[in-house]
Amino acid sequence: MGNRCAVIGVGQTHYTTRRRDVSMAGLVREAALRALEDAGLTFADIDAVVIGKAPDLFEGVMMPEAYLADALGAAGKPVTRVHTAGSVGGSTALVGASLIQGGVHDRVLVVAYEKQSESNATWALSTHLPFTSSLVVGAGGYFAPHIRDYMRRSGAPDHIGALVAVKDRLNALKNPYAHLKIPGIDRAMVESTPMLWEPIRYLETCPSSDGACAMVLSSEKAVTGTPAWVHGGAMRSEPIFRAGRDTVSPQAGIDCAADVYRQAGVTDPRRDLDVAEVYVPFSWYEPMWLENLGFCGVNEGWKLTESGATALDGDIPWNASGGVLSSNPIGASGLIRFAEAALQVRGMAGEHQVEGARKALGHAYGGGAQFFAMWIVGAEKP
Amino acid sequence: MRPVAVAAFAQTTHTGHDTGLAEAELILPIIRSVREQSGLQEFGFTCSGSCDYLAGAPFSFVSALDAVGAWPPIQESHVEMDAAFALYEAWVRLQHGDLDSALVYGFGKSSMGDLREIMTLQLDPYYLAPLGLDQLSYAGLQGSAVSSDVKKIARRSWESAQTNEFALRLPEPVETAPITDGAAAIVLVAGDLLRERTNLAYINGIAHRIDPHYPGMRDLALSASAAAAATAAGVGKGHVDVAELHVQFAHEETILVKALGLGAGTDINPSGGPLAANPVMATGLIRIGEAARRVMDGTAARAVAHATSGPCLQQNLVAVLSRES
Repeated sequence: MGNRCAVIGVGQTHYTTRRRDVSMAGLVREAALRALEDAGLTFADIDAVVIGKAPDLFEGVMMPEAYLADALGAAGKPVTRVHTAGSVGGSTALVGASLIQGGVHDRVLVVAYEKQSESNATWALSTHLPFTSSLVVGAGGYFAPHIRDYMRRSGAPDHIGALVAVKDRLNALKNPYAHLKIPGIDRAMVESTPMLWEPIRYLETCPSSDGACAMVLSSEKAVTGTPAWVHGGAMRSEPIFRAGRDTVSPQAGIDCAADVYRQAGVTDPRRDLDVAEVYVPFSWYEPMWLENLGFCGVNEGWKLTESGATALDGDIPWNASGGVLSSNPIGASGLIRFAEAALQVRGMAGEHQVEGARKALGHAYGGGAQFFAMWIVGAEKP
Repeated sequence: MRPVAVAAFAQTTHTGHDTGLAEAELILPIIRSVREQSGLQEFGFTCSGSCDYLAGAPFSFVSALDAVGAWPPIQESHVEMDAAFALYEAWVRLQHGDLDSALVYGFGKSSMGDLREIMTLQLDPYYLAPLGLDQLSYAGLQGSAVSSDVKKIARRSWESAQTNEFALRLPEPVETAPITDGAAAIVLVAGDLLRERTNLAYINGIAHRIDPHYPGMRDLALSASAAAAATAAGVGKGHVDVAELHVQFAHEETILVKALGLGAGTDINPSGGPLAANPVMATGLIRIGEAARRVMDGTAARAVAHATSGPCLQQNLVAVLSRES
């Protein structure tokens, strides 16, 4: 994986339904400036900028990196725009890290964002390519059948999804940047909300957020402040329409995890990792990804969730930040997972800090559960 | 840097109209071609460039994976940029040292919409896009800022294209790159795969830079980012036999020739360039492919390729290729 790379700065905006006070450029600049402040640097110290976001159709700005270059202090520098569907935030971090691991640059600013208040994601996700049919379902309608099949296969009881919805929102109460803050949330409240896509209820879905996240990545010799070292990074993709592919536990996810675990020397993720930030946009994806990522055996994920192992005080906390279920600026959601993993091993996660976290997983997925991006960061140099 | 070379290049026979092929059908034959040329069936890394707005739907790159045959799952990424920038990402990935091959492809069907108006959406959505300038209008702004013999450039490009079997068969010279459907693919190799092959075009230098977005913030007669990328890529370190430039409007050639410091001894766009075929999102990658092809067939010892993105040449990538690592 080339030269050593570290996260030396993290910046986030306060995720919310509408940021009427800033433009898209203002939003990304806010996150970038906070990341630079965290690293004790300025735009002048940055060699290259990598920008990620979900489809351009969301906000209706085509290739927005051209427009955002000025706000990110990128004039005169290389700018790359990554787009790998929902996994894009994770891919953005990996493309940025690649520039350092490949020895091309010493300091790279990675930024991802979505301004959902100026977009209509469900509309944009339901349009279709010429000569193909539209599913006209948005993301929830697409993934619900996969969840139902998981429930059928695993024999999971109906309430597991609600448990995840409650746990992640309780964590969000401890995260100053989280969008959804629902004091007093409990299983009864989740189960009283409308059914959107069987079995997904309203409070089992992610919100629509405005927000941006940024990180400053550094080579070993250019490190400032408190680094989170990249111990491994991997991406995998598989075709959406391949007959026989397992959409409940995609091979690309299994392979991606195996790759990043090998790089980081992880043999038992539940034991070897201290915390995981995993892309769970619908509650049921926690037990599904627990299995896909090898934190437990097949059909055992729901038992791990039910036992409380993934809670903030469990033996392997998942989404201590509140996760995608609590904040979802789509294009940034993957980068937030990667950034929160870094905050944990830097010991800078504040109230939702997992005590003594030394090694953390950041995870993102996208498309028809076919694109995966993961990294493992650690407090120690790899 | 670790030596990396172009080992294979293929492009579609471009068309000025929709032939009924979906994007995945467009790229399938050329990916098959670069597999045959390179002798590689699988690649360590895959990266593509495309633009959702050309198809008018999100995730146009998703169905393209069907053409790649991404099974078992592959290490893959995508840029919403010309595929020349995807090639740059792949070149960076090969610098890590653990992978020795990469597949890069790009595709676009401009025939599906109104490209000139679609390009308006690339502007600042608050202050520029509402002015309603389409691509031709802001290119015109730049054209009026530079003294350029556009008729001569258009004629030379058109004449050069007569021997390019992949270019459009245009009845007369044009100063504006034509609406085009098409795709291109390149295979990069490094490490042991270099030693197994003799016909290679080494990437001696590659870099890209961006300028401020607002046209009023720039001297439109110059391209600072193209000049900086050319310096970083090392264009001036030797004689340039051939330069393939991403010229979508004839006057851009004048700006780029100056920015890259190219002299009279350089053959500009011997393929006819984008004025002969402009499959948006693949056009820049084709410049690298055409430059590599001339190095590989011996008609150039040292060649330069250029790709651009953004309004009025805002973002520029420059690569130098030769037979020597």
